[in-house]
Amino acid sequence: MIVKESEDGNVIEVCGLTKRYGRHVAVDRLSFSVGKGQIYGFLGPNGAGKSTTMNIMTGFLGATEGDVLIDGVSISENPDGVKRRIGYLPEQPPLYTDMTVSEYLSFAAELKKLPKPERRTLIEEAMEMTGIESVKNRLIRNLSKGYKQRVGLAQALLGYPEILILDEPMVGLDPKQIIEMRALIRGLAEKHTIILSSHILSEVQELCDTILIINYGRMVATGTPAELEQELAGMPELVLTVRGDGKKAEKALVGIPGVVKVTPAPCREAGAAAFHMKSAPDTDIREGVFRCCVEKNLPILQMERAGMTLEDVFLRLTAAVEPDETVPADSGSGDESIWEVRTKGPEMPDTKEETE
Amino acid sequence: MKAIYRRELNSYFNSMIGYVFIAVLVFLVGFYFWYVNLVNGYPYFSQTLASTQIIFMIAVPILTMKSMSEDRKGKTDQMLLTAPVSLTSIVLGKYLAMATVLLVPMLLFCLCPVIVALNGVAYFLVDYASILAFFLMGCVYISIGLFISALTESQVIAAVGTFAVILLLHLWNSFVELLPDFLKNLLSAFSFRDVISNFTQYQVFDVGGLFLYLSMAFIFVFLTIQTLQKRRWS
Repeated sequence: MIVKESEDGNVIEVCGLTKRYGRHVAVDRLSFSVGKGQIYGFLGPNGAGKSTTMNIMTGFLGATEGDVLIDGVSISENPDGVKRRIGYLPEQPPLYTDMTVSEYLSFAAELKKLPKPERRTLIEEAMEMTGIESVKNRLIRNLSKGYKQRVGLAQALLGYPEILILDEPMVGLDPKQIIEMRALIRGLAEKHTIILSSHILSEVQELCDTILIINYGRMVATGTPAELEQELAGMPELVLTVRGDGKKAEKALVGIPGVVKVTPAPCREAGAAAFHMKSAPDTDIREGVFRCCVEKNLPILQMERAGMTLEDVFLRLTAAVEPDETVPADSGSGDESIWEVRTKGPEMPDTKEETE
Repeated sequence: MKAIYRRELNSYFNSMIGYVFIAVLVFLVGFYFWYVNLVNGYPYFSQTLASTQIIFMIAVPILTMKSMSEDRKGKTDQMLLTAPVSLTSIVLGKYLAMATVLLVPMLLFCLCPVIVALNGVAYFLVDYASILAFFLMGCVYISIGLFISALTESQVIAAVGTFAVILLLHLWNSFVELLPDFLKNLLSAFSFRDVISNFTQYQVFDVGGLFLYLSMAFIFVFLTIQTLQKRRWS
């Protein structure tokens, strides 16, 4: 086995990975590297190529071009050596439903060639970590989706591989289990390098050190959650609802120093009006708005600051891209339709501040 | 390979498939044995095997239909292929598990010549050589079923496909008759039925025929491995 120390301490290096199915390009020249002990998040809409990339990294699929190096060892040159160091939970947990949980895990341990004397202990530890001891003698076919997911994770964890690749690990879990799973993944990151994929943003945002946004098989952006938000922040925006006449209010608001643009927004409350207010970068107009409204006798019903959240970044980057366009990572400037999506979206980004 | 072999073997006996396969074989061969050898007093058990070889057409698809297709459908192939085991050992583990299931009725058949001997004269060499040929013929059919199962996600298609191919092989001699001469000479060498007839009816230990069985089984196992390999890269 040839092992050459990776120059910058990266455990995983993916270089120019491409996967073509006939004319369809599932993954297009994807390159990234993951450092030891990192939680690396793949974010992208369904069909973006997340699972394909993971399948190539684990050796399930062969790449059309490019290579995956684990500690400098190529998966195509030494598949068995590399596969031993990776634990993989695919999108659909690979379970033999005619086996009981403990039978299945013993099979997985044998398949992974774990040393025989330690197998029992390793299996018990994996079951304890994922909280499936209570169902260990049940047939997998009779388990709920959440338990199946956990059995799949236990299988991936078995033998503590250095790298864990988890494809949508939270799917099918209830809110309590999601919190437990998050805690588990965070705990695992102390000793393992983890790559996880998701199309749910809050999950990735909360867990990952680095995020890679992928769409149509291409890397669209990469960075820490904070970096991504900052990079695409653009103009700060305020959403304001006041009681009173809309026209009069708009006139008053435009006059506030620092305000660039005021657009009326749909308002559900009778006798009130709502506005989107854009201000110059690095200016806080909230106090000015408050004073102006007091002066004009316009009671403020709601005021929230809508910074560009990661969700906006995600929607913007993934909504606008067509397969044959190259989109540089910093291509984000105001696009009304995307702002619409954001303001109507069911999940309110965490960074908003609300005042009643 | 051992892990996969054991899991597959257990799965045949945890579900009905293993039992149904064995029951179908034992029932039909047992019925013929009772009628031909016991009621009519014919001393050769090999004749019973010659008459019942058609049962493979029904029994083998039952055994092989899920061997590869189930993994693909249930996504468990992702577990097998991302584990540090080679494709060859995955396929061989599965194949040998099925051959082991086939071995169970063969061992039961080994009792039949003894029963004949208890009631008169038995021809042990002919009978046991025929059981060996019968077993190897089953192994060839299993390798074909394994290969067809690797081509599809659907167990039904795998079963029907295997049935069709075994039917064709059963009618091979008549089929080859329809072809032009040069093809006839070439393809008649692949008649699986001729081999078993040599053992059971002409009492010839056909080494060349056994070689044909073994090489055919090898080829189809090899093709199964190649099919899986190809799917990874296409």
